[in-house]
Amino acid sequence: MTDTRWINAVLTSARPRVVAALLRHFRDLDKAEEACQEACLRALRLWPTQGPPRDAAAWLIMVGRNAAIDATRRQRRLTALPDEDTISDLSDNESATVERLDAADYRDDILRLLFVCCHPELPATQQIALALRIVSGLSVPQIARAFLVTEAAMEQRITRAKRRIGGANVPFEAPGAVERSERIAAVAGVLYLLFNEGYTSDVAEQGARAVLCEEAIRLARLLLHLFPVEPEIQALLALMLLQHARADARFDDDGNSVLLPNQDRSQWNGKLIGEGLALVDKAFRHRRPGPYQIQAAIAALHSRATRAEDTDWAQIALLYGALEQMQPSPVVTLNRAVAVSKADGPAAALAMIEPLAGQLDGYFYFHGARGAFLLELERAGEAKVAFDRAIALANTPAEAAHIRLQLDRLAGSSGSVGKRKEPAKNS
Amino acid sequence: MQYAILCYHDENVVCAWSKEHDDAVMAKLAVVQEKAARQGKLGPVARLLPTTAATTLRKDREPPVIIDGPFAETKEQLLGFYIYDAENLEEALAFARELAEVNPGGSYEIRPVGLFKDGKQAP
Repeated sequence: MTDTRWINAVLTSARPRVVAALLRHFRDLDKAEEACQEACLRALRLWPTQGPPRDAAAWLIMVGRNAAIDATRRQRRLTALPDEDTISDLSDNESATVERLDAADYRDDILRLLFVCCHPELPATQQIALALRIVSGLSVPQIARAFLVTEAAMEQRITRAKRRIGGANVPFEAPGAVERSERIAAVAGVLYLLFNEGYTSDVAEQGARAVLCEEAIRLARLLLHLFPVEPEIQALLALMLLQHARADARFDDDGNSVLLPNQDRSQWNGKLIGEGLALVDKAFRHRRPGPYQIQAAIAALHSRATRAEDTDWAQIALLYGALEQMQPSPVVTLNRAVAVSKADGPAAALAMIEPLAGQLDGYFYFHGARGAFLLELERAGEAKVAFDRAIALANTPAEAAHIRLQLDRLAGSSGSVGKRKEPAKNS
Repeated sequence: MQYAILCYHDENVVCAWSKEHDDAVMAKLAVVQEKAARQGKLGPVARLLPTTAATTLRKDREPPVIIDGPFAETKEQLLGFYIYDAENLEEALAFARELAEVNPGGSYEIRPVGLFKDGKQAP
């Protein structure tokens, strides 16, 4: 049997560039997608015997474009173009044209493609689904599985998204500097959403949803390749890598989530951590701080601690403070409070979150953290009320199980100091 | 004569390998490496992390400048390398700067190592 895995890897890595160039050419997402599909099919047929072309992306763009033109001509009963078997990537003039067009524009082409899929007019769920379908080339059943919906529902979601951006009219001229950075920011936001979609999954869903994290990382790498000196993009990739590095340690054999302080750190992926730390260091050298850099720096501090008790909580509390100033949100304050509780004790932390009670009343982690602070302050009665509220709001069985553990501890040794609770953000 | 064998590939493609594929390739390579190691012929082996994690110290000017990415000029060739154990990028850069002071011209690319075997495996 021929091993075609290498072809799949080449096609996967070339895909964003190919679809982006074809989109620029056809100015129609469906046409671009179909042309890419056709080119990939021909590659699968020809490459095992002919070997891969020197520039796979250029070959696919060329073949995809010809295939589409060919189809149009066939419909008009005109002569077909030469077969792609005769396209040589060494001596073909047209291939040079593709090359030229591409080298000059492919960065903005790919950004445009990403931006079209991440268009602000689309709801987040549609953005993510569309990016996975068009840019990553995942099949509808694959995406449906990852989102835990039926194939028909996913098909409909993607069709709706396409119809919506069809009318959105994203201009095809090269964007100006301001517009370019707005597009980068929009794409970055969707990639992080995509990552979190996979990251917050329960263990039962892990297999199907891990692909979301992996795709988010792959697309973030692509974005960083396009914009290698953007500290926020360096940090976004770092943040994903540092969190994803803990994947194997996040669930125990029974499928319960294992919180950060209790994770077996030898199960963390050292290679991903190494890359993440290097990127954080790179980003900070720019001295242009941003929210992803702060979050990546926090993740880096967790990664650098060999044991949970070595964690530099004071520094993490400071970083959350900085994040709070950039992006004020009660959830960030809650995370800061957790760090403060480790650094300065539960009293300061509790005082910090009491004003959030109104805004975060429906939030599982708020009550979980509040219960943990109260427990530490030996206010068992109030802790129980908070934990009961948290259980009622738990999103997954694992979350509920974790709180139940705290409640058991509370019942078993009333008044004694229990294990501290960690919001999932840090797990 | 010792030979350095430099590994080139398209990192976008290698990054698109599935974990299973990557593991399979590494396992097959390990078999070849072990044979050479048993003969006492294999020195250190390193797999570098992607170029997006690289930083370059250009030392063809005074003072040298630090830029993101691997931006060696095409007229420059790879002439050698160091493996330096640094706590962070700043420390690695400090070492590179020291080297640059006594050997200006060209550039040093500072790239984290993802996998390192010291070559002292039992024969």
